[in-house]
Amino acid sequence: MLTAILVMTGIAIVLGTALGYASIRFKVEGDPLVEKIDAILPQTQCGQCGYPGCKPYAQAISNGEADINQCPPGGEEGIRKLADLLGREVKPLSEEHGTEKPKSVARIDEQVCIGCTLCIQACPVDAIVGAAKQMHTVVAPLCTGCELCVAPCPVDCISMVPVAATVETWKWKYPVHELRSAA
Amino acid sequence: MITRLFSFKGGVKPESHKNESSGTPILTAPLPKRLVIPLRQSIRSTARCLVEPGQKVLKGEHIGEGEGGLGTSVHASTSGTVVEIASYPMAHASGLETLSVVIEPDGEDRWIDHTSLDLRTVSREEALAWLRGCGIVGMGGAGFPTHVKLGGGRGIDTLVINGAECEPWITCDDRLMRERAPDVLSGAMILRELIGAKRVLVGIEDNKPEAIAAMQTAASGLGDDVAVVPVPTLYPAGGEKQLIRVLTGVEIPQGKLGTDFGVQCFNVGTANAVHRAIRFGEPLVSRVVTLTGNVARPGNYEVLLGTQVSELLALAGPKADTDRYIMGGPMMGTELQSLSVPVTKGTNCIIAASPALFPPPPPELPCIRCGACARACPADLQPFELYWFSRAKNFGKAQEYHLFDCIECGCCAFVCPSRIPLVDYYRFAKGEIWARERERQASDQARERFEFRNYRQEREKEEKAAKLAAKAAETRAKLAESGEAPAPPAEAEDPKKALVAAALARAKQQQAAVMPKNTDGLSADVQAEIADIEARREKLNPQDADKAP
Repeated sequence: MLTAILVMTGIAIVLGTALGYASIRFKVEGDPLVEKIDAILPQTQCGQCGYPGCKPYAQAISNGEADINQCPPGGEEGIRKLADLLGREVKPLSEEHGTEKPKSVARIDEQVCIGCTLCIQACPVDAIVGAAKQMHTVVAPLCTGCELCVAPCPVDCISMVPVAATVETWKWKYPVHELRSAA
Repeated sequence: MITRLFSFKGGVKPESHKNESSGTPILTAPLPKRLVIPLRQSIRSTARCLVEPGQKVLKGEHIGEGEGGLGTSVHASTSGTVVEIASYPMAHASGLETLSVVIEPDGEDRWIDHTSLDLRTVSREEALAWLRGCGIVGMGGAGFPTHVKLGGGRGIDTLVINGAECEPWITCDDRLMRERAPDVLSGAMILRELIGAKRVLVGIEDNKPEAIAAMQTAASGLGDDVAVVPVPTLYPAGGEKQLIRVLTGVEIPQGKLGTDFGVQCFNVGTANAVHRAIRFGEPLVSRVVTLTGNVARPGNYEVLLGTQVSELLALAGPKADTDRYIMGGPMMGTELQSLSVPVTKGTNCIIAASPALFPPPPPELPCIRCGACARACPADLQPFELYWFSRAKNFGKAQEYHLFDCIECGCCAFVCPSRIPLVDYYRFAKGEIWARERERQASDQARERFEFRNYRQEREKEEKAAKLAAKAAETRAKLAESGEAPAPPAEAEDPKKALVAAALARAKQQQAAVMPKNTDGLSADVQAEIADIEARREKLNPQDADKAP
């Protein structure tokens, strides 16, 4: 009887120590699920989902506060990937959060710009350069097309311009061959 | 020197159709009415324009400076006037436009001064820079800058000169070797010197006996290290990896280059261009182009770069039933979206296609898993797997099956009994994967910038607060030192409040300091009078008492 208790206690102590050590040694920093969700999100930082940026939205999805269909820039494909990751049903994009649009970048009409810096403060990725009472301009390769700079502009000089394909970004189309009835 | 030939896996034998255009000598195409020279010579880099409209240029004049590691120079193909610098369609499957220099020839075709380069007097780096300045790129089609390829060459044992020309219909390399064999070999010797190769192997498909004979005659005086080797005719023997395999037996594994195995491969056209560049100092301004297919006078023409295809086709006379034009060969070429595209350094052939010569593709049928494509694939891939994954947009899986080792030779689609346009699927999948990669990079960058911005805003807030606190502390210390006003209580830690209190104290101090001038040094009775007045005023409104000076 005593031997059995001692043996069991011994095992419990050894295993407990091992588990305790492992929990410290292999501690996971941050929430890996949030990172995974964040990696799928398009990083436009547009806030159309109702959260101030992609990371907070990822956090909200992970906590079960937000649904997976609130990201218009990610579009259907983004929803599909999120559904894959989280093992949920694919659902259409929620209409209240916006619609999927072709990728655009902001463009400042430099004739009209008064140099108020409001758009610079609104840009989540610091893609607008300029200074007070100096003309502003958008660094197009850095612009995510979030449209957050459009509303604050007091003179409405910012427009969203769709990105045209260049030789570098042009893609072959999905091969579509018309079906012909075999007579 | 070479004891046996090896073979690569797979391959197909399409009808060669070489005799149509190989019979006549290379003719020089007449000066076109206008030349459209794209500043973007390949997908990889664009040159910076050095000329402006109205400027007179000479043949071979530098009009574009290559930018970046993969940039090469662009030259005027003839003498004339730059009329505009505008966007024109480029020779690319997309038919997209690119910035081009339009030159109106003056008819004189006058060369700019140029001299040869003596390789004995210059370093290797200078010679490579010279080739870059002459705009030499691979002329087999891909247009990879030759100086970059040569620059990677260390410990090279074998230089392979690619004269296989395995695609049907094309005969430009065949004619070049027949007519300019000494030039091609001279270029090969220069290339050999630049990479320090011990031996040179010229691989030519055995369906070109005249070219083999001409090259062998020219090579006879060059020693034992130079061999012209007929290789069996089997498409795609002209693929770089395939030709290296056939000639040397080296099978280049995935992700490696010939350089890693001491082999480097250059096209015969490139060798010829290198010869012109080093021996005469001539930049690359023209090339041999095959015009063939459904035309009245098929043949090869020496064409100035920038000549528009429409003008060129007039020389060959396309027949009435021509419905489309193919740039490159029928296996790997692309259909031209517009006939205004110019001839570039990689344009080897233009085929006029008619429904009789190239019947429209029959309807695609389901894959029957016969495996014919896998047997034909020269890259040792499993085309049917790649097809399923590409079709299902399962790109990760397609990459796992080495989609990017596919050379798009078209053998799989050629043998497919279900007539599936397999290569179209691979091109689509490759494009999508690249696009995703670009998107991923852009989103990573956006995430980084967004996080840095948040960090910066946080930092700015902290810095502002710290600055305020420091200023408050400083003022407090100053006041405490002068002893004029009691320092605000230390527990009023709010820096803003402290600052306001300090400012008030300062104002009080200043007020105290400023005394009216006419009250200084007064006589005793005047002082007494003032005291009397003050006393009366105090009696009238006692609340002013503490405000009085």
